[in-house]
Amino acid sequence: MSEHHDDANITNPEHAEHHVVQPITYAVVFVTLLIGTGLTVLAADFDMGVMNPVIALAIACTKAVVVILFFMHVKFQSRLIKMTVGAGFFTFLVLIIMTLSDYMSRAWGLW
Amino acid sequence: MDNAIATHPHTHETAVAAHHEHVALPQHRHHFETEEQQREAGSFGMWLFLLTEIMFFGGMFFAYLLYRNWYNPAFVAASNQLNVTEGAINTVVLITSGFFMALGVWAAEVQKKGLLVIFLILTTIFGFIFLGVKADEYHEKWEKHHIPGASFDVHEFINPPIDAKTGKPSQVPMAPDMAQKTQIFFFLYFAMTGMHALHMIIGLGILFWLTWRAHRGEFSAGYVAPIENFGLYWHFVDIVWLFLFPLLYLINRHPLK
Repeated sequence: MSEHHDDANITNPEHAEHHVVQPITYAVVFVTLLIGTGLTVLAADFDMGVMNPVIALAIACTKAVVVILFFMHVKFQSRLIKMTVGAGFFTFLVLIIMTLSDYMSRAWGLW
Repeated sequence: MDNAIATHPHTHETAVAAHHEHVALPQHRHHFETEEQQREAGSFGMWLFLLTEIMFFGGMFFAYLLYRNWYNPAFVAASNQLNVTEGAINTVVLITSGFFMALGVWAAEVQKKGLLVIFLILTTIFGFIFLGVKADEYHEKWEKHHIPGASFDVHEFINPPIDAKTGKPSQVPMAPDMAQKTQIFFFLYFAMTGMHALHMIIGLGILFWLTWRAHRGEFSAGYVAPIENFGLYWHFVDIVWLFLFPLLYLINRHPLK
């Protein structure tokens, strides 16, 4: 099948050397996640009004990003994968924001 | 297309073609140009699947967001009924399971078969510990009549038990109609943690299969895609729990004023 072989498919700069994440990186991420869990539980014991859910979500998002970047290797993947992951979360945010703005504006001024 | 086998004798051309036949390595199937291309195509496909999972869980998170705003007092009171200690322990257990899964991917990459099997087994064990703690929590809800439906008991949300030390109610009493809305919290609690647990049960089933294949040495010669992609799935399930824990258990844990 050599006549169908196209060198352009091989010399793709995106297909860089495969990166093997080392255990020490995983260990640092593991400790970070444990600290994050402790912080979440600790933060919930203080009354900060509307800031309580904001802080809880901020810590959860930070932990999720760390997991995605290192445990799920996205930091070391090609731009195609990075774009795919980013586009997915972006679409999810759009769905939430559009639906919420609909709910909030339905009875606008009627309360 | 002509029938090459029947009409043409063995020529130099066919002999050359046979010479160029790919060796069918599982990490390099014949329809991929390179191993890197196959690996990337696999990761890409796995991520597309995970994005559908984000939308799936996202729908439930959105329902939670709306109802939490509509019936906030009911959500606050019902959330205080959850077992924060067991929830926090389970978070640590799940993170530990994910850590061993990540190490498993590393062991497959560096082709250490024994380590890979050990890490997969550890991942499985911590997965089962999580489900065990979860089952204990569900049982507690069963005993307290906190499962939505005909047997649901709103009594202690309307008349909270009196704290022996202070002589005051242990939490803010609610009107009966708002107290009924605690059922919505528990419905969402069971829907979300139940779906999460179902994902873990499916994952544990796959883990048994992968451990068996790893034991046979299938992932110790450069073919790591099944381990790597299952790792993506397992970490995704972790991430869902990282959001479920604060949103369900920690709505209002600060001491009552």
